[in-house]
Amino acid sequence: MTIRIYVPRDAAAVAVGADEVALAFAQAAAARGAAIEIVRNGSRGLCWLEPMVELSTAQGRIAFGPVTAADVPSLLDAMAGNGQHALRLGVTDEIPWLKRQTRLTFARCGVVDPRSVDDYRAHGGYKGLERTLTLSSDQILDDVTRSGLRGRGGAGFPTGIKWKTVAQASADRKYIVCNADEGDSGTFADRMIMEGDPFVVIEGMTIAGITVGATKGYIYIRSEYPHAVEAMNAAIAGARRAGLLGKRIGGSAHEFDLEVRVGAGAYVCGEETSLLESLEGRRGIVRAKPPLPAHKGLFGRPSVINNVLSFAAIPFILDSGAKAYADFGMGRSRGTMPIQLAGNIKYGGLFETAFGVTLGELVDEIGGGTFTGREVRAVQVGGPLGAYFPRALFDTPFDYEAFAARDGLIGHGGIVVFDDTVDMVKQARFAMEFCAIESCGKCTPCRIGSTRGVETINKVINGERVAENLAVIEDLCNTMKFGSLCALGGFTPYPVMSALKHFREDFGPAPARLQAAE
Amino acid sequence: MTVGYEPWDTTRGAEIIAEHAGLEGATLVILHALQEAFGYVPEPAIPMVAEALNLSRAEVHGVFTFYHDFRKQPAGRHVLKLCRAEACQAAGGDALAARAEAKLGVSLGHTTADERVTLEPIYCLGLCATAPSAMLDGRVVGRLDEARIDALVAEAQR
Repeated sequence: MTIRIYVPRDAAAVAVGADEVALAFAQAAAARGAAIEIVRNGSRGLCWLEPMVELSTAQGRIAFGPVTAADVPSLLDAMAGNGQHALRLGVTDEIPWLKRQTRLTFARCGVVDPRSVDDYRAHGGYKGLERTLTLSSDQILDDVTRSGLRGRGGAGFPTGIKWKTVAQASADRKYIVCNADEGDSGTFADRMIMEGDPFVVIEGMTIAGITVGATKGYIYIRSEYPHAVEAMNAAIAGARRAGLLGKRIGGSAHEFDLEVRVGAGAYVCGEETSLLESLEGRRGIVRAKPPLPAHKGLFGRPSVINNVLSFAAIPFILDSGAKAYADFGMGRSRGTMPIQLAGNIKYGGLFETAFGVTLGELVDEIGGGTFTGREVRAVQVGGPLGAYFPRALFDTPFDYEAFAARDGLIGHGGIVVFDDTVDMVKQARFAMEFCAIESCGKCTPCRIGSTRGVETINKVINGERVAENLAVIEDLCNTMKFGSLCALGGFTPYPVMSALKHFREDFGPAPARLQAAE
Repeated sequence: MTVGYEPWDTTRGAEIIAEHAGLEGATLVILHALQEAFGYVPEPAIPMVAEALNLSRAEVHGVFTFYHDFRKQPAGRHVLKLCRAEACQAAGGDALAARAEAKLGVSLGHTTADERVTLEPIYCLGLCATAPSAMLDGRVVGRLDEARIDALVAEAQR
């Protein structure tokens, strides 16, 4: 009897030995003459258990992890026998960390074979597109608007309004652009979905194309994600073979095709207008708005530009209905958010849940605190441009407005946990350094402000006229916040000012800081 | 892999450029393809790209220098990229980066004197829940500790 096992091909699993484990299974099975089918799935997102191997059984999939190549012979014995093993985690779907999630966007990630369009369809894929083909553009726009979906890239702009603007624009051609330049540290949801369920992104973009009347789409993926590039290219080829990209999509009169473009290591290209410049083959210099990309976007044509997760949320909305999506969430943040728990965290990974869960629940309960076992001192939410929050703010619910009210942002949903060894003045300096390295250089507050910021924080670290220099930093941050063209210069003040506000003791002259640490 | 690149050749360069020149906004695609073939973007290729795309040399040079990925000279035989972003910092990445620098005798952003290893910072591999992480010649490695970083450095030096 052939046994079927799943060994993730997700980069996070590969980084901790999944390829070696898959190879060991193939070799060990061959040596025993045992028939084995190894599916390279995406990751379920329980990163501390990776490589997490699953065995297909009549009772559902059984998980084992974290597995090393050395565990493989004993695992094969267990799989052929009664299934008992020290690494056995039980039925995958019953693992509490997974069970308490609400997986709408990530429903199939880690479940299906990301190379197989048939497997995607067998798990409910392309049902959203099927329904799309029976609706008018206005009906689709109505669904997307009523779902309450807001751009998952960080800005939180209502997706339905953006699409409607493009649909109403007239031009010789329009474009759909997927922003997969996920550069924020602590975020990896785009990478995971592209590697684990690429067809959901393709389906979402196809629906967008049909809705607004665009026939060409680009997925701009950062070069740091070679596995995602490979997975998306393979899926695009598969969708073309299945008649789901190209002319006459799904037998309809609609045409839509996709192309992957690879970035070249510029963080600022995650900013939408800079990304468009880069796609056009130029330096990733931010454009002033207006005109909005919805009016004049890629090659001057009306363009829908959305984050990977926004497109990936669309098939569920079209298939299950706007209300089914909007029923989740709180306030003006509807639906679910794929949250990423990262950094110094015990149970890190991808946790998709309805908006409204508190930061404390995420870090302490779900994340289990730090892996070093030390106390959590600070968490940075929303990437390099997100604020550092102390424990005192752990009651903040995950919601666009609630974070904004506390001078923070949820951004792309990444949470990076730091223990009590962190030096917050260093983190503030890093934020300025990063901005200085990555600034596109177009506007002065960002280009010059970040460099002056690094210098001034260095003076504080050296204990030079601390009070005066802190006033300079505050002033610089205000200039950057209100005078920068885009979020890079405009949001760098968030980590800096939050570090200063909540961890003031780290900004004293060096001797005072050392005393405080003792 | 950084080993096994072709030496610069004008005809081959022209072939690569021609292959992609018809794409919309082809500049980055071509620069990537050149670097994939030759390990860097040779200077004589810049005016050739400009000519093929009907751009000025300054424009192509501007694009080439804007992006961190493009190299103007070949890297070492192996390229070790250490993630230096916040999630890896939180997980002890600073100390591991210092350790790699000490072992290789070069700071981040430089190549060892024997041209075996180029050590570079990278800002996020998206492996933030298995941090600290690194990439050696395109192979990703996570959950780095002292033993693992030592092994990676030793492998790169071979």
